[in-house]
Amino acid sequence: MSNDAAVLAYTLRLADNALILAQCMVELVTAEPELEEELANANFALDYIGQARMLYTYAGELEGKGRSEDDFAFMRDEHEFANLLLLEQPNGHFGDALVRQFLFDAFYVHLLDAITRCSDERLREIAARAVKEVRYHLRHCSQWLVRLGDGTELSHNRVQTSLDYAWRYTGEMFAGDEIDQAINADIDGPDLEAIHGLWRKDVESVVAEATLSLPDDSWMASGGKQGRHTEQLGFLLAEMQYLQRSFPGATW
Amino acid sequence: MYTQGLDQAGKDRRVAAETEELLNAFQKRVDAEEKIEAKDWMPEAYRRTLIRQISQHAHSEIIGMQPEGNWLTRAPSLKRKAILLAKVQDEAGHGLYLYSAAETLGVSRDQMVADLLSGKAKYSSIFNYPTLSWADIGAIGWLVDGAAIMNQIPLCRCSYGPYARAMVRVCKEESFHQRQGFDIMHSLCLGTAAQKAMAQDALDRWWWPSLMMFGPNDSESTHSAQSMAWKIKRFSNDELRQKFVDVTVQQADFLGLSVPDDELRFDDETGHYQFGEINWQELFDVIAGNGPCNKQRLEKRQRAHTDGAWVREAAQAYASKQAARAAA
Repeated sequence: MSNDAAVLAYTLRLADNALILAQCMVELVTAEPELEEELANANFALDYIGQARMLYTYAGELEGKGRSEDDFAFMRDEHEFANLLLLEQPNGHFGDALVRQFLFDAFYVHLLDAITRCSDERLREIAARAVKEVRYHLRHCSQWLVRLGDGTELSHNRVQTSLDYAWRYTGEMFAGDEIDQAINADIDGPDLEAIHGLWRKDVESVVAEATLSLPDDSWMASGGKQGRHTEQLGFLLAEMQYLQRSFPGATW
Repeated sequence: MYTQGLDQAGKDRRVAAETEELLNAFQKRVDAEEKIEAKDWMPEAYRRTLIRQISQHAHSEIIGMQPEGNWLTRAPSLKRKAILLAKVQDEAGHGLYLYSAAETLGVSRDQMVADLLSGKAKYSSIFNYPTLSWADIGAIGWLVDGAAIMNQIPLCRCSYGPYARAMVRVCKEESFHQRQGFDIMHSLCLGTAAQKAMAQDALDRWWWPSLMMFGPNDSESTHSAQSMAWKIKRFSNDELRQKFVDVTVQQADFLGLSVPDDELRFDDETGHYQFGEINWQELFDVIAGNGPCNKQRLEKRQRAHTDGAWVREAAQAYASKQAARAAA
């Protein structure tokens, strides 16, 4: 795979991660347990949408075929999306959505940090901005995980179940393929093995403070990065893309 | 403004300790355009009127997130999605600081939320209408936020300081909301025939409910005079409605859309647009709970509250544990 093709594919993966997580969070608007959380959830989702827009725009430039951010978001099919499976999992209850974001952000913050030191200038710039946002998201999610884990018996049990279920989707974050390898080798991009160590340390620390148990590393799901998704993504995209698909060529 | 002043009867009694002297001194301060602050003496009826008005306004912001939230997952571009999300987030923020402003008058947010959830408290009738197409998001920004601004700008000069100051920020954001709504309509009207038809359909459905937002005619508005004397209200319902019609009809012309009112015409003598009779029965029906979405809006709010109970309880339990640990 050429250097340019790998950067394009990698940029789209990053963009898809941000967009799909944002879309799931947007579904939660008006359903949060407290008004303050409405503000936080919307604020974080806005950050992810902003990141997706910058990344898709860059992908369009790299590709050179005139595709816009909206072409990537609204006119691609399920198998063309390369987001992590974790991020397309249904919202469930507050603890499910929280654990999903916590596990991802704990990874994403180190990933972005590594990207700020890569040799691709645009990715560096985007990551430098995003890492500040995600650092804050992670702090917010960590605090909530501790509150739920060390809150009531009910909240402890619920969020432990959320953690146990979501864990199977964490392996994919660190399972490098040829694109990850090319990014690491060609543009001094993230080293997934190193990030796995950092992630594990951070997650262990918060999980321990939350008085929760770290699940066992047993079977791990994979396929998102390669466009093989779970059933949820098709519905998510059908809803998100419907206006662009119903009125092809229209501007909004 | 998102309060239509329809549930006021019998609550504005003067209480015994309110001597003529105190009342006169209070009115003098209001007349001198001094701001009344939370710890200042105020007549009980003034306090109650403000609690009712500010909490209704806060509830309207919170319920108002729903019709727009309905299109967040389906917004037609990433830019539109981001703008709409920022707008809905603003509304949550407005709700939050309006509840805070009301709390300065001695009512708790928990109590206000409980009143909303039980159906006791009112919110603006407009949010009981459904958003059926993307153009409705444009129409809400343009018409509903436009009508709200007409009412809210004078509230920045309201005699009660905390409310007036909250409204300064609310108005700045509402003005942005109104412009984004008009921009959606403008894009649709410049678009395909189907998009323009979508915009016209939205105007047809939102026009009359928007006019109802200003509340009953002045002749029917029972407590307006007292609110005017207290400088909570600066203009009458009919004055504000007329101002809204005058501005908005010209904007509809610019967009190439028709206002759904056969009696609408410009009156050269008065310099204002004359418009047809509002279907007041519809307004009273919606306020009585019989609008298209009253049940859904309230149920959604109740569900979020009930579903979130375990989360709030966990946060409380954790805070108690932390406090106990700190004390140990």
